[in-house]
Amino acid sequence: MKAKKIRRRLRRFKNFRKYELQDKIFQYVGLACTLFGIGILFVLLADVLMKGLTRVDWDFLMDLPSRKAERAGIYTAWIGTLWIMVSTAVIAFPVGVGAGLYLEEYGKRNKLANFVEINIANLAGVPSIIYGLLGLELFARALSLGGSILTGALTLSLLILPIIIVSTREALKSVPYTIREASYGLGATKWQTIWYQVLPASVSGIITGAILAISRAIGETAPLIVIGALSYVPFAASGVMDSFTVLPIQIFNWISRPQEEFAVNAAAAIIVMLSITFLMNGIAVFFRYRAQKKIKW
Amino acid sequence: MNLKEKIIEKLLLFCALVTIFTTAGIIGVLLIQTFGFFSEVSIIDFLTDTEWTPLFSNKRFGILPLLSGTILTTLIAVAVAVPLGLTIAIYLSEYANPTFRNYVKPALEVLAAVPTVVYGFFALEFVTPLLQSIFGSGLAGFNAISPGIVMGIMILPLVSSLSEDALYAVPKNLREGSYALGSTKYQTAWKVIFPAAFSGISVSVILAISRAIGETMIVAIAAGQQPRLTFDPTVPIETMTTYIVQVSMGDVPHNSIEYRTIFAVGIMLFVITFLLNNLSFYLKKRYQEVYQ
Repeated sequence: MKAKKIRRRLRRFKNFRKYELQDKIFQYVGLACTLFGIGILFVLLADVLMKGLTRVDWDFLMDLPSRKAERAGIYTAWIGTLWIMVSTAVIAFPVGVGAGLYLEEYGKRNKLANFVEINIANLAGVPSIIYGLLGLELFARALSLGGSILTGALTLSLLILPIIIVSTREALKSVPYTIREASYGLGATKWQTIWYQVLPASVSGIITGAILAISRAIGETAPLIVIGALSYVPFAASGVMDSFTVLPIQIFNWISRPQEEFAVNAAAAIIVMLSITFLMNGIAVFFRYRAQKKIKW
Repeated sequence: MNLKEKIIEKLLLFCALVTIFTTAGIIGVLLIQTFGFFSEVSIIDFLTDTEWTPLFSNKRFGILPLLSGTILTTLIAVAVAVPLGLTIAIYLSEYANPTFRNYVKPALEVLAAVPTVVYGFFALEFVTPLLQSIFGSGLAGFNAISPGIVMGIMILPLVSSLSEDALYAVPKNLREGSYALGSTKYQTAWKVIFPAAFSGISVSVILAISRAIGETMIVAIAAGQQPRLTFDPTVPIETMTTYIVQVSMGDVPHNSIEYRTIFAVGIMLFVITFLLNNLSFYLKKRYQEVYQ
């Protein structure tokens, strides 16, 4: 009886090598999966560069759209993207930071703030194309703004508001409460404390979040198509009430055409698009690094 | 002075309320147009008819073909992202050395920053030709498998990063207890850490599914625009999101029944993602294990 038990234990002990092997194999599988994930990123970049890099030149950036692939450029598209970027930032940044300030500094623990918080979490999960439907009915039609830059910027502002609010709150949370108490102790009012102490201490974090949010906004295609942004705009936009196109829509338009030359154009426009996205993410990383480095409480 | 403080507080409150107005606006807009839609089309037909042809002269309004397109591409994306993402998460949290982890995690998150129209190009111009050269010409130029796979890559960082956060947050003494009993890292990871972090991991998977359902450009570019009630991944299909884009690109007169269909499809999309998101919030709250 006892011998049987011991033998069973020994057999289990023999399995030890099996378990070790299993462990080692999984380690390599894990490494392979991780490298595969990063590898895909490089394959994607290499594919786009190979197909489009020779097409990117000054003329491509400065030419108006054309039905002939070799003469078409992305001038109206990147001007449109620039307009959208700036006007979205102007609308979304103050509102988002304001909402973040209210929730973090004023509304703590009240019922309304709680409700707003749950609501923001929900908004962050709403598909972007749904925001397009909202913009189409509310801004383009009810307010008669049409498929203008203003409609696009308002729609994208609502889309990125949750991101800016959440990152603003994170940045404000990182400022220790003692700073606020010291300020109150010196007789400062609530707003003076926020304006002169809390905001300067958290500005890097807030900007990081805002840049990432804007970068997300200019990569959006679907909501802008839904509100009625055009895929063919003969002239560059010169005001917020103008109709417009943006880089992602131009790319989508070129991809949808059967001719191979337009695919080359699309790849070239993607290179420009990705350069802007990565540049903005780089700037955001810089600000985050500065935020972590500068202040040691 | 006091007045200024009061005004500022009210202004900031208004900023916070903008988010409530947004939700109210979305629900209001979708409901108003959907009521208009259902005054002309019976809700039973909408949910059970197997044909979706609102843009043809013989109009049929069954959402099932669009729903099946969305489910099919989402399932493929999940089949790619979940095994891969979980393996990466466990590797990074339990095996990899911290320096490697600190470089690799942000690098993977770059995948989430790539605009989706770029993924659409990648699916149509790289993955589809690649799959065609492997599996032969049985694969149509527009299909569900290629955008599905690419969508899986898009949501991969969502699964891997959020799951890794959850795994990493499991306290060290659970690992040490397991190692002390003679477990390997593999056994510890799958039998101790994984169950302990299960709520966080399921939240990440649900959010990834919700993202895949709402994703538009990848499927609009590479999956085709042919609503079809099928689960065959090699033929062109159409998802709910693609249909909205397709109608928006054309010039459908406002307040026509064709125009209202995009809101009916939109509300379906909204309800599904809303339920999934709230399921994830519920899981996060209900099953969050608290270790001291």
